[in-house]
Order: sequence, then structure tokens, then C-alpha cells
Amino acid sequence: MGKEVLLIEDEPNIIEAISFILSRDGWRVHSHANGVDAADVVRMRKPDVVILDVMLPGRSGYDILEELRSDAATRSLPVMLLTARGQTKDREMAERLGATRFMSKPFSNAEVLETVRTLAAEA
Amino acid sequence: MTILNTLVAVSLGYVVLLFLIAFAADRIAQTGRGRWLRSPVVYTLSLSVYCTAWTFFGAVGYAARSGLEYLTIYLGPTLVLVGWWWLLRKLVRIGRSQRITSIADLISSRFGKSNSLAVIVTLAAVIGTTPYIALQLQSITLAVSAFTGSVVNGADEVVNAPDSRSVALLVATGLSIFTILFGTRNLDANERHHGVVIAIAVEAVVKLMALVAVGAYVTWGLSGGVGPMLARIDASVIGRWEVDPGRWMGLTFVAGAAFLCLPRMFQVLVVENSDEAHLRTASWAFPLYMILMSLFVVPIAVVGLEIMPEGANPDLFVVTLPLSQGRDGLALFSFIGGFSAATSMVIVAAIALSTMVSNHVVMPIWLRLQGPGASVSGDVRHVVLVSRRLSIAGVVFLGYLYFRLSGGGTALAAIGLISFVGVSQFLPALVGGLFWRGATRPGAIAGLLGGFGLWLYTLLLPNLAAQTALEQSLLLSGPFGIGWLRPQALFGIGGIDPLVHAMIWSLLVNVTLFLTISLLTFPTPLERLQGAQFVNVFEHSGNPRSWSRGGAESEDLLVMAQRIIGPSEAQQIFQAEAGRQGLSGFLPETTPDFIERLERELSGSVGAATAHAMVAQIVGRASVSVEDLLAVADETAQMMEYSSQLEAKSSELARTARQLRTANEKLTQLSRQKDAFLSQISHELRTPMTSIRAFSEILRDGGLDPDDQTRYSNVIHGEALRLTRLLDDLLDLSVLENGQVNLNLQEGRLDVTLDHAIASASAASGKLRIRRDKTQEGITIFTDLDRLSQVFINLIANARKYCDAARPELRISVHRTGGTLTVDFIDNGAGIPSDKHGVIFEKFARVTSDQSAGGAGLGLAICREIMGRLGGSVAYLPGQTGAAFRVTLPLRAGPATS
Repeated sequence: MGKEVLLIEDEPNIIEAISFILSRDGWRVHSHANGVDAADVVRMRKPDVVILDVMLPGRSGYDILEELRSDAATRSLPVMLLTARGQTKDREMAERLGATRFMSKPFSNAEVLETVRTLAAEA
Repeated sequence: MTILNTLVAVSLGYVVLLFLIAFAADRIAQTGRGRWLRSPVVYTLSLSVYCTAWTFFGAVGYAARSGLEYLTIYLGPTLVLVGWWWLLRKLVRIGRSQRITSIADLISSRFGKSNSLAVIVTLAAVIGTTPYIALQLQSITLAVSAFTGSVVNGADEVVNAPDSRSVALLVATGLSIFTILFGTRNLDANERHHGVVIAIAVEAVVKLMALVAVGAYVTWGLSGGVGPMLARIDASVIGRWEVDPGRWMGLTFVAGAAFLCLPRMFQVLVVENSDEAHLRTASWAFPLYMILMSLFVVPIAVVGLEIMPEGANPDLFVVTLPLSQGRDGLALFSFIGGFSAATSMVIVAAIALSTMVSNHVVMPIWLRLQGPGASVSGDVRHVVLVSRRLSIAGVVFLGYLYFRLSGGGTALAAIGLISFVGVSQFLPALVGGLFWRGATRPGAIAGLLGGFGLWLYTLLLPNLAAQTALEQSLLLSGPFGIGWLRPQALFGIGGIDPLVHAMIWSLLVNVTLFLTISLLTFPTPLERLQGAQFVNVFEHSGNPRSWSRGGAESEDLLVMAQRIIGPSEAQQIFQAEAGRQGLSGFLPETTPDFIERLERELSGSVGAATAHAMVAQIVGRASVSVEDLLAVADETAQMMEYSSQLEAKSSELARTARQLRTANEKLTQLSRQKDAFLSQISHELRTPMTSIRAFSEILRDGGLDPDDQTRYSNVIHGEALRLTRLLDDLLDLSVLENGQVNLNLQEGRLDVTLDHAIASASAASGKLRIRRDKTQEGITIFTDLDRLSQVFINLIANARKYCDAARPELRISVHRTGGTLTVDFIDNGAGIPSDKHGVIFEKFARVTSDQSAGGAGLGLAICREIMGRLGGSVAYLPGQTGAAFRVTLPLRAGPATS
């Protein structure tokens, strides 16, 4: 299929795990570990699905999402928000900012895969 | 013996009659219908307490011994009543407007409510009156002895005879009971005793009638009319007695002074006075009474000297003369007259003295013993009554004691005159206080003490000495043989009459001290105000008779009461009172009773002094006294103090509120920090768990090549270790922060601790090179070595993890200054950006984004806590080549401070 997932995440072990799961299913996975230029990377690579961590060095995932949604090119891009702070207010924040999906860590591999598939199909 | 039985029966009957009269008078006064009880006639008759047994029995004896000199005793008061009318009126006015209860009260009030002055006057009055009371008891026992016929001439044996002792004791007890019953029935604010005054008035009539009866019998029965009587007098020795002008003038003066100053005279003259106008009647009626009393003195004395055997006691002629003629009935009547004179004196004197003793000696002591608050509690009235009653019994029995001890050898008149001179010492302070605003308390005290001391020395002492041979040398050659100090011839001025000598010296010293010291000292403000009130009493007080009893007064009271205690309550009180007076629907009469009740009600709201002042202003019963004003001022001051206390409290409250607000802000901040911390922990825990879960699922799925399998297992293992470390750090920090840590203080060497720390921290990687100067490290320290090592490990591990130099190097250098040790850890990396210096010791404050470094961001926070516990610190050293930390610690850690 060759669809691309952009994984914006700074924890190396998690990058490796998600990359493994998605690659096994035939996705191309590109990862980026820095928050500062993450939005630019999204615009440049034009992935099919973005998996975005909230706590990133340099810039918060919320900020990045906000920027993506304010840009016409990326407004409807499927973005799955990943966060280690799974409280209600974080979920509300994600919804308000326009996250397509919200998932808290730790996640189930199958669920991540399923979500990515769904998002890519909807897009 | 039958006559004696009759005597006892008649006396008892007479006493019972007096009881009944006093009782009835009290009852009538209570119902409020007894205005006649306070007529000018009663007032005048009550003044006759001046004429005691001394006058009754003694005047005749006096006349028999010294001729007409006894007249001076009557002359003095007459002159006072007629000539010093203005002084009496002033005295009475002040007494009423200031609610004076005794002469001690008056003098102390005038000189700034000085209680020391009141005590001096009280003691002087008791000392001066005790012989006088003894004299009354003696005269009664002597008279009784005349009836038994046992001894008529000598007094000594009589007094010491057991039965006369018991007579005196009986009389003293009876008088005490009577006085307590009628003198302390209640605590009138104005100290008036209706029952007692009426009884005194009746006794006054009885004693006058008795003396006149004996005189009439002597003149018409024994001498055959006025003409023969006069002839008999001319022929008698009495007519030839020479008049000593000095003694006459002196005695007249002393009698006049005593009339004003005797406590019992002050009682009837001022305290019991209900109307100033009564003085006008008394000023002519009382001299008339005294003339009648003295009219037959000389005839009785002349006839007695003629008829009675040689050596018969002339003091008893009044009784023995009729007895010798077989006129037992007349003798009995005469005895009752003398009995009346004696008892009335003792009763009034006891009341007056007990008031003084109780008010100025007993009550101040009791109040002081009770401590603060006693004066406002309710049972003071009861205490006052008990104290009065005890004082009455005390005063009467002091007289009895004197009677027993003195042996009664002195002639009646002599004791009386000694008393007169004693109490006349009050005169300078009294008159000076009334007319001279410059008179001061020190002056009054000095005058009183000086005059009274001289009286004791020159008059009372010789009188006592006369009865004991031991003291004779004192009179003849002076104390310690100093001639000019002889009591009866001070400064060698002898040859004059001892009484006049004592009087002149004591009053001279008294007046001189009073004037001189008054001029030398300044009156206190209260004295000044009281002085003005006393001296100008007629300007300050309205005519006390002009109480308006109209409705306007009642209305004013109602208006004022409403303002103080509220309309409904005030109206309720007034309606209830109107109902009680049978005036339902109208305003009540302002009876003294009602005003007193109202004042009590009001004082509950505004304080007693203020209530009194306010009511008094409306009722016009008395001018607002200085004391009232001062009490108001005092209450105001208390209120101001109270309000300033309130103010202080409110500012304290504001301060507390501020503190609370600060604490609250701090708590909110803490709560926010706690939320952030929990959120942070959640993140820190979830991150490794995410890896663990993801890889364990991958492993479970299977189908992996062995290399991947091993690698993923290692990731899981590493993340599990990271979790464990994080939890360990969290618990450690929690314990440290809560101060629950137990330090294991022990002695050790710094280099050994460093060796251990380097070994532990570098175990995983040998890449970091450590440089040390071991020559500096040979220091013995006393601290928790494990904890210190933990700090070192953290710092070394940080350098190992974060030093980004190509060839990472950590320099550890040790310095010692006094009791303080510094250990610096400086690496050769890029160091920590300056904007992070402030936060690196906070929890989870990671500087780099490198999560794989393995720390949870708690290490430096733990280091800071540990060093704090060890009494040292850890700080970042800016401006070094790389990241630089300095650990500072004392060589010997003290006991843990939490």
C-alpha cells in the first residue's frame, strides 16, 4: 500500500515499538523526535496519518496540533494524539484542538494499528 | 432589798418601753406616714445626747466641787447654736449634699477622700470616746450602789465589787443589743435611724423631768420655796467659789468645740438631720433645754452638801438626797433619768463610732482582702451590716473594759472634760476645711496627729498615771528626768490648770501645724474640687428642701430611662411602679424608693456612678458631687480603654486575616504544585510502562527472529529497572521532604567515601575520566556517610550522563575552611544553560531532552534534600568550564534538624 505514518515522539523505545507494529502491517513509518520543527516536517512529508505525542522537547504536541489545524493544507489531516497524561482534561483539550483520535499511554498495539487503519481509510 | 428589786423591775420596764417606742417608730417610718417623727422638737430633743450621765449626775458633783464652773459645759453649746448658726447650717448642708455618714467621713471627704485621714479621725474618736462610755457605765453602777446602800462615799470598792461589775456588764450587753437592733436595722443611704432618734427624744424628756422633779423637791419640799433656797445658796460655800477666767474661757470653748466634734453630736446634729430648718428651732430650744437641765443643779448641790454626811459622793446627790429623805419613788425616777442620759449617750456614740470603724477601718480591709471585684458584688450590704454590728459590740465593750481597768477612781466630770479636749482636736480641720480652700490633706493630718498626740501626752497619760503610783515620777520630773517635757508643764510653763494647759498646747500645735503645712503643700485636684464644694456649698447645691415632686420630674426620668435602657423596658418599669403606688395609667411619684430602684436599673447599663449622676441631675436631690464626676470620668476612661482594646483586637483580626490569606495562597500554590507533581509522576511512570506493554505484546505475537527477541526483552528489562529506580527515588524524596529520615551519623574518611561513590557511579561505563587530588582528601568527617555517598554518586552519574565533551572528564576538588568542607564536581562539557540554573534542583527538572539518560529528574532534588539534612548544601557553580556543582558540608554534622 505504501501509505505513510509520521510518528512525532521523543521516547526511542516507543518509536521502535510503534515503527515495528506499523511496518509489519506494511506502513511506511517516519519518526521525528523534536517538537520545534514538527509542523514543518508534517507539511513537507504530507503523511497519510500523524501520530503526535503531547510531551515533546521544544514544543508541546497541543501547540503543533493547533498550528496544523489553522493551516488549510493540514486542517483535515488525520492526527492521533498520544499522551502519557491520560486525564479527562487532557482528552477535552485534544478534542477542542481538533485531534482526530486521542489515545493514552500505555496503549494496546492492536488498537494503535486499528486506529491508523481507520484514519487512513477515512481520509 | 425591796427597793433594789423595784429598781430592777422599773429599769427593765423602762428598757422594754424604749424598745417598744423604737420599734413602733421604725414601723411607722417604714409606712412613710411618720413625718412627725422628724419634727423640729424631736430634732432638738435628740440633741440632748449632749447631756449624758455626766451632766445628770456629774453636774451636781461638779457644782459641789467647783461652784458655777459647770455652767461652761452648757455655755459652749449655747454659744455655738446661737452665735455659730451659719457654721452649723453649712455643716448640715454639706453633710446632706455629700451624703456624709460621720465626722470622719466629712473630714476625709473634704481632704480628697483620704482614707488615712478617716482612719486617724476614727481612731482618735474611739480613743476619746472610750473613757466617756466607761463613764456612763460607771455612773449607772454608782447609782445602783446608792440603792443597795453598800457604799456611798468611795467609788473604788463599788466598781470592783462583783455585783457592780455584773451590773455594768449587763448594761453594756443590753445597750449593745438595743443599738444593734435599732442602729443597724437597715442600711439607709442617709444613715438615719427613726427608732433610735425617737427613743433618744423620749429619754431626753425623761431625764429632764427627773432632774426637774428632784430640783423641785429640793427647792419646795426641802427648802420651802425659791426665796429660802436662794438664801441657802448664798450661805453655801458654792456661792463663794472664785471664778477662774482662764479656765472658764477654756472650758466654754472646749464645750463648744465638743458640741460640734463629738461623734455622737455629729450623728444627731448632721447625719440624723432631715431638714435644715430644724436648726432654727434647735438654736433657741436646745439652749432652753440646757437651762432647764442646769436650773436645779446648784440647789441640789447646796442642799446635798448641807444634808448629806461628810464624804458622801456629790456625784450621786441626785439619787442619794431623795433616798436619805425616804422618797424612794423620787429616787427611782431620778435614777431612771440618769439611766436615760447614760444609755442615750452610749447608744448614739456606739452608732456613730461603729459607722466610722466599719466604713473606714473594717470595710477597706475587707475589700482589700477580697481583692478586686468585691465592691461590685451583691452581698456587700450584708458584710457592712455584720461589720457595723461587730463594731457596735466592740465599741461598747471597749468602754466596759476601760471601766474595769481604770477602776473608776476619777470624778465623772474630769473624764468628760478629757474627752472634750480630745475630740476638739477635730475642730481646726473641720472649720478650716469648711471655710478655707487652701487647707490641704497633709496639713489636716499633721494638725490632727500633733494635737491628738499632745492630748494623749498631756492629758490622758497623766489621768491614767494618777491611778498608778508607778507613773508619778513622769509627772513630777518628766520622761527620763527631762524637766521641760513634764506632761503637765511643757517647756517649763507650769502653774496653770492641767486641763487648760493641755488644751492650749494641743490646739496651738494642732492649728499651727494645720496652717503651716497647708500653706507649704498643694492640694490634689480632687482635694481642690472637694474644697470648692465644701467652702462654697451654698452656691453649689440647691436648697435641699425644694424637691419638686411634679410630674415633669417623673417624665424627665422616663425620657432619660428610655434613652438608656430602651423604651419598652423603661415604660414597663414606670408602669409597674405606678401600679404599686396605686396610680395605674399615670406617671409614678418620684419617691426616694422608686428613684433608688430606677438608679439600680440604670446602673446595670451605664454604671453606678453615671446612673447616680444622671438621676441626681433630674431629681435635684443632690448636686453632682465631684466624686460622681470623677467616677463618670473613670467609667469613660474604662470604656475608652475597652474600645482601644477592641481596636487592637480588630487590627489583630486583620493581621490574622492577612496571615490566613497568605497561608491560603501558599496552600493553593502547594495544591497546584501537587497536581503538577502527580501529573508529572503519571507521565514518568506511563512512559516506561508504554514501552514495556508494547514490546511484551510484540513478543507475545511471536514470529520474531532471535536477535530481535533478545533486543526487545532487554528493552523491557531496562524499562522495568527504570521504573523501579523512579519509584525508589520518589520514596526517598518523600521521606527526605517529610523529615522522617533517620541519619546514621558516623565517623569516616572523605577519600574512602569518594572512592566508593566513583566505583558505584562508574560501574556501568568507564568512559568518563575522573581527576582527583588525593592529597587534599585525607579528611576525617562525621556525618551520614551513606547519604553523602548518594549525593556524590548522583553528581558523578549526572556528569557521566550529560557531559557532552568528546573526552568527558570530571574534576573533583576538595577544600577545607575552618569547620566547613567544600567538594566541587566540575566537568568539561557545555554546562547548563544559565536560564536553567534556577530550576535544576526542582523535581523532574530535566535539562536535556534525552529521556534515555535514565534519570527521572529527581536526583538533584534528592541531593538538595540530603545536604539540607546534613547541615550543608549543594549548589550550581556558574562560570566554570563545564557543569559545576559545589557540595558544602560541616566537618561534623550536628543532630538532624527537621
